[in-house]
Amino acid sequence: MSLLSRRSDLPLKGDPNSRFLPWLVALMVYLSSIAVACVLVLAGLVERWDHDVSGTLTVQVQPVPGEAGELLTDDRVRQAADLMRRTPGVTAVRPLDKRQTLALLEPWLGSAELVKDLPLPRLIDVSIDTAVRLDLGGLADRLGKSVPGATIDDHRVWLSRLINLSRTTEWVAIAILVLIGFVTSATVVYATKTGMSVHRSVIEVLHLIGAHDDYIARQFADRAFSLGFSGGMIGLAMAVPTLTAIGWAAKRVEGGFLPSLSVPLSGWVVVGLLPVLAAILAMYTARLTVHGVLSRMP
Amino acid sequence: MRHRPRGQHIIRFEGVGLRYGLGPEVLQDVDFALPAGSFHFLTGASGAGKSSLLRLMYLGLRPSRGRVTLFDKDIALTRRYELPALRRRIGVVFQDFRLLDHLSTLDNVALPLRVRGVKESEVQKHVPELLSWVGLADQMHSKPPTLSGGQKQRVAIARAVIGRPDLLLADEPTGNVDDHIAMRLLHLFEELNKLGTTVVIATHNQFLVDRFSQHSRLHIERGTVVEPEDEA
Repeated sequence: MSLLSRRSDLPLKGDPNSRFLPWLVALMVYLSSIAVACVLVLAGLVERWDHDVSGTLTVQVQPVPGEAGELLTDDRVRQAADLMRRTPGVTAVRPLDKRQTLALLEPWLGSAELVKDLPLPRLIDVSIDTAVRLDLGGLADRLGKSVPGATIDDHRVWLSRLINLSRTTEWVAIAILVLIGFVTSATVVYATKTGMSVHRSVIEVLHLIGAHDDYIARQFADRAFSLGFSGGMIGLAMAVPTLTAIGWAAKRVEGGFLPSLSVPLSGWVVVGLLPVLAAILAMYTARLTVHGVLSRMP
Repeated sequence: MRHRPRGQHIIRFEGVGLRYGLGPEVLQDVDFALPAGSFHFLTGASGAGKSSLLRLMYLGLRPSRGRVTLFDKDIALTRRYELPALRRRIGVVFQDFRLLDHLSTLDNVALPLRVRGVKESEVQKHVPELLSWVGLADQMHSKPPTLSGGQKQRVAIARAVIGRPDLLLADEPTGNVDDHIAMRLLHLFEELNKLGTTVVIATHNQFLVDRFSQHSRLHIERGTVVEPEDEA
């Protein structure tokens, strides 16, 4: 027989004191969904950034002014790219032409047409072997001497701070999840104890006719599961549009400078499981609470 | 029901005292033993301690002092998880019935079977049978608040005997029924007794005690049990 439809000797269905429980669980599942999505999106970001930090660096070549400036700049970019290719540990060198650079800057500065005449630095995307320890200081000196106006932009410093910030936020989100679980459990304990007080006379009768503690505890647990699950489904129904809306809004600003902020498939699976997890948490909390209270009865 | 040879004691009180909280002792130095398969009326004035004595017997309370032995188990030494097994061997008719108002008559009577995990097909077979016997066949699906006092009492009795207990304790089981029904219920208790159930009935009904005078009496006075001469 299903947990949701098992017969109960206790009149728990009409309990006014447990009516708030589904709404509270709904809110908790809603907040948990946001926190879970936050953790998974940040974990994805950190993973990508971490990879980027250790695997790439960027060479900037300042544009040369004047009529022949573009040709000179192209020449400097070629020289810088050749020097990078000769450097041990460099696995790939990809100079970006002006069109690609403008595309990168479009989310920041607007239409390429408007900014194409600005003196923009040219970029060379360099992939490095993460197993090789590069002397970035020495390489920057060599580059600066060989190619005037060329510098190395090492992402490590600012990206590692960003990663630290993301990781901290991730832990905060996990702590929020734990707190949500704790608050849900505490509420179930309160509702169960109140229910036990209200139905004390029925519990006594069941006891006196030989019911084991678990026979009584199971009935409270079934009810908590049912309330937790229905509340969880309400919370899920609220969370899905919220997460979809955040994903949609994030997609609009992702462009070239923000990585994907949509919830990954694994995130949706976890969010979909939250009502069941909340119901199971409520069920076991109720069961343990009843056992605890009954153990003090004669 | 576990059959035990008649003559063995099913319950024994030795120097038992009971007080509620810090109040005075409501039972003092209670000593008696009931042989298996015996039938007793528990008599005494109101407030003499009959209900308290029954509560100790159905394990609704623990004594403040002394020793209670039930089905050969010293209750003070019995672990909590072992108590349900002992309680299932006891049928109780409470003075205030203690029926569950949200359940039907049938479900109330079925409770002792369900807590034991008896199959639903067995429950549906035996409970209506017993309800017919106590004259409540037409009230099977009624809920206690719609029943009269006498009908409630019969439901309470049916619930107490449905599991064919080794020990039946009844607190004023005929207090709300007419003499005809009272006689019928007493005969039901006698039938159970013949099958081996030890019966203790607390009552004020002198007519019944006289009518069934072949059964022994436990008399309680000011918190102390006085056994009739022939039971000592």
